[in-house]
Amino acid sequence: MSVKLKAPETVTFRPTSFCPGCGHGIAARLIGEIIDEMGLQQDFIPTVDVACGALNMDTWRFDTVMAAHGRPVVVAIGVKKVRKDKLSVAYIGDGAAYAIGMAETMHAALRNDNVVVIVMNNGVFGMTGGQMAPTTLIGQKTTSSPKGRDPKKQGEPFDVVKALGEFDIAYLARASLDCPASVNKAKKYIKKAFEKQMNNEGFCLVEILAPCPTNWGLSPVDSLKHIREKTLSYYKLGEFVDKKGEEK
Amino acid sequence: MAAEKVMMKGNEALAEAALRAGCRFYSGYPITPQTEILEYLSWRMEEVGGEFVQTESELAGINMLYGATAAGARVLTSSAGPGFALKQEGISYLCAADLPAVLIDVMRIGNGLGDIAQGQGDYWQLTRGGGNGDYRTIVLAPNSVQESADLIYEAFDLAEKYLHPVIIGSDAAIGQMMEAVTFPEMKEHNIDKFDWTVKGCKPGDTQRIISNVCFYGHPDYEEYLREKYRTIEENEQRWESMQTEDAEIILVAYGISSRVAKEAVRNGRKQGLKLGLIRPITLWPYPVQAFRNLSDHFKGFISVEMNILGQMVDDIKLATDAKYPIEFYGTFFDVPESERIIEIAKTMAER
Amino acid sequence: MTEIICAGFGGQGVLITGMILAYCGMQEGKYFTWYPSYGSEMRGGTANCNVKISEEEIASPYAKHLDILVSMNDVAINKFEPTMKPGAVLMANSSLLAEDRVFRDDIRVVKVPATEIAARLDNPKGTNIVMLGALCKATGLFEEEFMKRSIDEYFAKKGKVNPKNALCFDEGFKAVS
Repeated sequence: MSVKLKAPETVTFRPTSFCPGCGHGIAARLIGEIIDEMGLQQDFIPTVDVACGALNMDTWRFDTVMAAHGRPVVVAIGVKKVRKDKLSVAYIGDGAAYAIGMAETMHAALRNDNVVVIVMNNGVFGMTGGQMAPTTLIGQKTTSSPKGRDPKKQGEPFDVVKALGEFDIAYLARASLDCPASVNKAKKYIKKAFEKQMNNEGFCLVEILAPCPTNWGLSPVDSLKHIREKTLSYYKLGEFVDKKGEEK
Repeated sequence: MAAEKVMMKGNEALAEAALRAGCRFYSGYPITPQTEILEYLSWRMEEVGGEFVQTESELAGINMLYGATAAGARVLTSSAGPGFALKQEGISYLCAADLPAVLIDVMRIGNGLGDIAQGQGDYWQLTRGGGNGDYRTIVLAPNSVQESADLIYEAFDLAEKYLHPVIIGSDAAIGQMMEAVTFPEMKEHNIDKFDWTVKGCKPGDTQRIISNVCFYGHPDYEEYLREKYRTIEENEQRWESMQTEDAEIILVAYGISSRVAKEAVRNGRKQGLKLGLIRPITLWPYPVQAFRNLSDHFKGFISVEMNILGQMVDDIKLATDAKYPIEFYGTFFDVPESERIIEIAKTMAER
Repeated sequence: MTEIICAGFGGQGVLITGMILAYCGMQEGKYFTWYPSYGSEMRGGTANCNVKISEEEIASPYAKHLDILVSMNDVAINKFEPTMKPGAVLMANSSLLAEDRVFRDDIRVVKVPATEIAARLDNPKGTNIVMLGALCKATGLFEEEFMKRSIDEYFAKKGKVNPKNALCFDEGFKAVS
């Protein structure tokens, strides 16, 4: 039996700048596949953060906006308000979504704005070299928490489900990139969020637990193991808010 | 049919004229003394089919606008003093990404919170580029309700001409006062007017990227940027001169201070004092051309401002190679007094 | 040029009084400026506005040498009486003034029991309109019918038509001998 791999048409073959084993490449491919499947090649306008995710600009063939750190959610809302028939998505990291851009994330959800936010949660600030993020696990050592995260000093890791789970939004889900089955689920969740925006249902946030081998100091394979053994014991996967088909 | 003359506050005139210019997107946050702009647009924007968002912060306001202009709309945000300071991050990004936008700063006084009192405390913030990096923005300073409307109407064209933010540097007094105003006709703006805006990439199209690091891959970004600023400086200096030809003393003032200065010129002339006025309309580019051809009897300038340190004095020096004496008459909380201007002018004239 | 200040407590309609005068000026094709008390000045519940009306373009909007002071209370008189020109007209709401109140002797003081008149006409919010009627008679700044019509027009544009305003205006007009 032979398996034929076909790359999405919206993904280029330019070399990427992602580190080996990085989760962004997988997410970029998933998004490319979904856009191809939905036939939205001409309608997808992603907004990226200045952090690692921005490197996707070279990976995709989409009209793309690059925003200041932490601001992609509101920038994507600005795009959507002007071009209502397009699919406007903020593709950002956990630092942007839950640290510097927390106000933007919360208020977009409060207003139930019709945008999709994809949060790549790898538990560190990747672009700046692996500092502690709101999502860093208890005990996890980073360049700015060298003795490990101490809940007495730095609080518990931020869980978006606890924060937004009761909000009146269209969709909230969390997936992981640790194994093929999880990757397939991630694709399903992202696709659902995209469909909901095109159906004017409101705010959708999909968090993706992603590996960062470089800043975790682990091999790509061990990074996936780390997600399975450590990250998943704190962050639960699944769909937490799913307003079915109601227009906003 | 002649356009109807209506009575309006400067702030409301800015809001209405922005819509007439085809602005269909506003995102901003309340702060005195500019809140009338936000309040006016909260109902009026809907009437013209545009988008109004009261955002959670000034940061969100300027960044939502960034997305909207990237997508092709004519966009506006407004703030004052400390709120405008928060927008500087976004202004720096707009400049970095070559994006057109119109912003309003209705100035108040002081550092930090300062006070909502009428003032001109933001000259440095407006003309030096208050954020990081190499940038300045065109700054238009109206001194009447009618000029508020006229300048903002044109500001959108200027922003598109140079792909650059344009700031309306108004002040609390001009924003709060009412005068008669006639509005220009309502224009509609086509969001597909420019190819560079994000609109969805068709097969065969080159992918459009609105990036704040557009120097990557640019053939000669440094020269491009220098040339852009040079061109604006050459083309866009605006000012009003009043009786400068034979003046011994020239007052330099913009916005509300220029109204008081005008009164001082009229009253001073009645007393035989040869006063003149240069009113910068563009605070940047500074109207250096206005400072040429001074009379042989010219003795010096008085910069009339509503701040403590004399924020415009440096620009007068630069415009005149520091060749002439410059007095600074600044007020804090209070409005400049034309009588006091005349006293200072008399002392200078007698030197 | 006519320089006017309208002053009183917040809620007495002094800003609108000034706007109506400015509106009348505009309808006559004159230049005008209207400038409200603003910021820290407003603390303590007082309000005022500066109005200038002129045949020529107006430089400063700040009124410093008053031709007319429309005062709705005592505080307003204390504050602005010193800035009046000799011979200027002080419109005083005598309903809220002590009977033995002393004024400058080089100005003309016109006392109008405006609060009482408005209350009698069952239009307490029309106190300022009573003052405008009295002002019309006392100063001749605008012609009576024109001013009355302009007031109705002003409120009609705001969607606030109140037939009692005309009554208030008339009674104010009549209160001045």
